[in-house]
Amino acid sequence: MRALLSGNEAIARGAYEYGVQVATGYPGTPSSEILENIARYPEIYAEWSVNEKVAMDAAIGAAYAGRRALVTMKQVGMNVASDSFFYAVYTGVKGGLLIVTADDPGMYSSQNEQDNRHYARFAKMPMVEPADSQEAKDMVGLGLELSEAWDTPVLLRTVMRISHSGSPVELGQRPPRDNSPVALERNPHKLVSTCLWARDRHPVVEDRLQRLAEYACTVSVNRIEWGDRRLGIVTSGPVYHYAHEVWPDASYLKLGLPYPLPTALIRRFADGVERLLVLEELDPFLEEQIKALGISCQGKALFPLTGELTPAVLVESAAAAGLIAAPPPLPPPLPLPGRSPVFCPGCPHRSTFYLLNRMKNVVVAGDIGCYNLGALPPFDATDTMGSMGASIGVAHGFDVANISDPFVAVIGDSTFFHAGIAPLLNIVHNGGKSTVVILDNHTTAMTGHQDHPGTAVRLGGAPATRVDIADVVQACGVHDVHRVNAFEIKAVRRALKDALAFDGPSVVLVEGPCFFVGPGPAGAYEVDPAACVACGVCFRLGCPAIVRSDEVYPANGKPQAFIDPVLCVGCDMCAQVCGPGAIHPVDEPVSGVEQ
Amino acid sequence: MKAINFLITGVGGQGTLLAGDLLAAVGLAAGYDVKKSDILGLAVRGGAVVGHVRWAERVFSPIVPDGQVDFLVAFEVLEGLRWLHHVRPEGTVLLNQQEIHPVTVSSGLTGYPDPAAVDRALGERGGPVFKVPGLELALRLGNPRVLNVVLLGALSSRLPLSAALWQQVLKNRVPGRYLELNEKAFEQGRTWAQERSDS
Ligand SMILES: Cc1ncc(C[n+]2csc(CCOP(=O)(O)OP(=O)(O)O)c2C)c(N)n1
Repeated sequence: MRALLSGNEAIARGAYEYGVQVATGYPGTPSSEILENIARYPEIYAEWSVNEKVAMDAAIGAAYAGRRALVTMKQVGMNVASDSFFYAVYTGVKGGLLIVTADDPGMYSSQNEQDNRHYARFAKMPMVEPADSQEAKDMVGLGLELSEAWDTPVLLRTVMRISHSGSPVELGQRPPRDNSPVALERNPHKLVSTCLWARDRHPVVEDRLQRLAEYACTVSVNRIEWGDRRLGIVTSGPVYHYAHEVWPDASYLKLGLPYPLPTALIRRFADGVERLLVLEELDPFLEEQIKALGISCQGKALFPLTGELTPAVLVESAAAAGLIAAPPPLPPPLPLPGRSPVFCPGCPHRSTFYLLNRMKNVVVAGDIGCYNLGALPPFDATDTMGSMGASIGVAHGFDVANISDPFVAVIGDSTFFHAGIAPLLNIVHNGGKSTVVILDNHTTAMTGHQDHPGTAVRLGGAPATRVDIADVVQACGVHDVHRVNAFEIKAVRRALKDALAFDGPSVVLVEGPCFFVGPGPAGAYEVDPAACVACGVCFRLGCPAIVRSDEVYPANGKPQAFIDPVLCVGCDMCAQVCGPGAIHPVDEPVSGVEQ
Repeated sequence: MKAINFLITGVGGQGTLLAGDLLAAVGLAAGYDVKKSDILGLAVRGGAVVGHVRWAERVFSPIVPDGQVDFLVAFEVLEGLRWLHHVRPEGTVLLNQQEIHPVTVSSGLTGYPDPAAVDRALGERGGPVFKVPGLELALRLGNPRVLNVVLLGALSSRLPLSAALWQQVLKNRVPGRYLELNEKAFEQGRTWAQERSDS
């Protein structure tokens, strides 16, 4: 049977068909749907771990126990997990261990564009790289087999355009797996990475890598497709397909197992073509290694280092280099306003950023989550944002640097559990006085509403012990804790002011469910045109449901507000900020007016 | 088999993703090789979204090449105009007559394209243009969320495939309790477009 699967669905299907028993991960676009789809197979134990390092260690433990294990994360998640997969390369595994990294060339939803192929080389583990959904599924099987045969974790690197594009996949069955208890095979010399013993493992790693490079010349996913010998293209991942749009007749060396590099195969290919191009997204990972073999080729001199290498980019670069004729130019685009993402109607984060926008002197060390939209208009509130959990450490840096303006850290609940607890402890331990605003919307919203330790359910829907953030914060030694309802703007304002005034570490816990995990919409609100004075304050809430009306308030000639009843979910925030009280639920009399 | 490139554009939350899924499934059911590509993540929070669907004998890239769109299905006026220059001269445009103002427009930082400018841009097109009252048709069925299937219904009238094939895909993909609603939505869109020549 054939089905149209996204790359992420195909990886999940591969986990099922190739007998994965334990799957872990931490959400992050473009990887999140892998584990969500795995969780649909009851045969596989699946969990959202608290962060990527924990997910990695758990998968390693499962593999030590002889289970086939898979761990998924977005590209920057590998930075968090790196301390752990480096040791696993030395210790080796028993059951197959597949590490899935979803990179994001083009930075559609990431803070950087790092090329995680380097991690394969850095940690010295083999890597497979699919070019479409069928390969994504197949390479889960290949990766697990390699992992067991060579006693090493294997990296599967996908990119956004594989993870989130769909193509047909042939479906197969899952082999029977024994889930009954297993005894851990004890082998401290191998599994305890003390320097005394790990020293013996390093030569094993180097030897393995050399033999793998020979094997990589024979494996079918590394293959030469001879065509027109005047142009040879070495490539991997989705660029293989992009290149076919531009050079359908060229010769190709397609690398499905690009690390360790199949050097003999590359030499044979290079000898068989007149001109050699290396086409790869982001860094010259293959190109530099190929050049180091003494083989002359061209890559980044002609094609960009940044962004996706889409067919359009290939055409533009190839035409500029005189490799192909330039296509006729497109008609120019119309001059149009952009459209950035915004806080949804009913979003609990809106009150905090509406207030921080008004508290102009407050410096905001931001963090990653939906709330980084607080950096955009109409809020323009956030001053820094780097990596998950960074807000609290950066704020502490402002504190010890003695910056003159008041400052806060702002962090979401999932991010707090992921990487916020250690820096909070650090503030307490070192006598810091930062104010930390924790936006608890009871979910990991940005990446698609995954569970975390503060939610009452876990992946798959089973109940979970809900950890209360206020308890955690108190246990860390913060005693000035202000717990407020996100939908009461006045209360949030008071809490922010009080916490900032406190001479010591303080936390404002702003609670309110993300609209998508909350009780659902209340009735829509409307603006009374007779009462609206077109002051524009409600527009500062940046709510997509509040738009400019066609009507103008005569006294100032400005457009009045209008609430789109299809979009409004009745959160009440606009009614709270409206000075003249012109906003009220539909069908409810305006306060003070008899009807 | 003639290769066909579709671009589905709109605002995050409008249901463009499901439309792309259904369209890809229809192509597969019709015997094409199919690829599609979506942008997920933060953009779905009210940002501009675009989905690519390609049907052909053999598809390589899941991204529709620049300027080679055969059918632009725009869920929102501004997001239709944004991609207009990628439609082939003879390509077809289905533009849902819904305006969703970006917050930069509500807060007065920029302006929304005025109707005259929209008409001018559409008037310069060689191929057929359909201004579909999609939201209105969906609301007639009592549910704005079937906008995506209404628009697919309209699109279906311009493609050489039987309505039965589309209906079958809906049956396979839409959960039982919503099936009847979606079947009606498809019919609404299809009938609306069949009753109109280019407008
Ligand atoms: C190391 C790392 N892992 C994952 C991500 C992807 N990611 C960005 S924000 C976020 C969590 C958002 O949840 P939360 O802090 O609760 O904020 P919300 O989106 O719910 O407002 C995740 C998982 C990332 N950027 N970095």
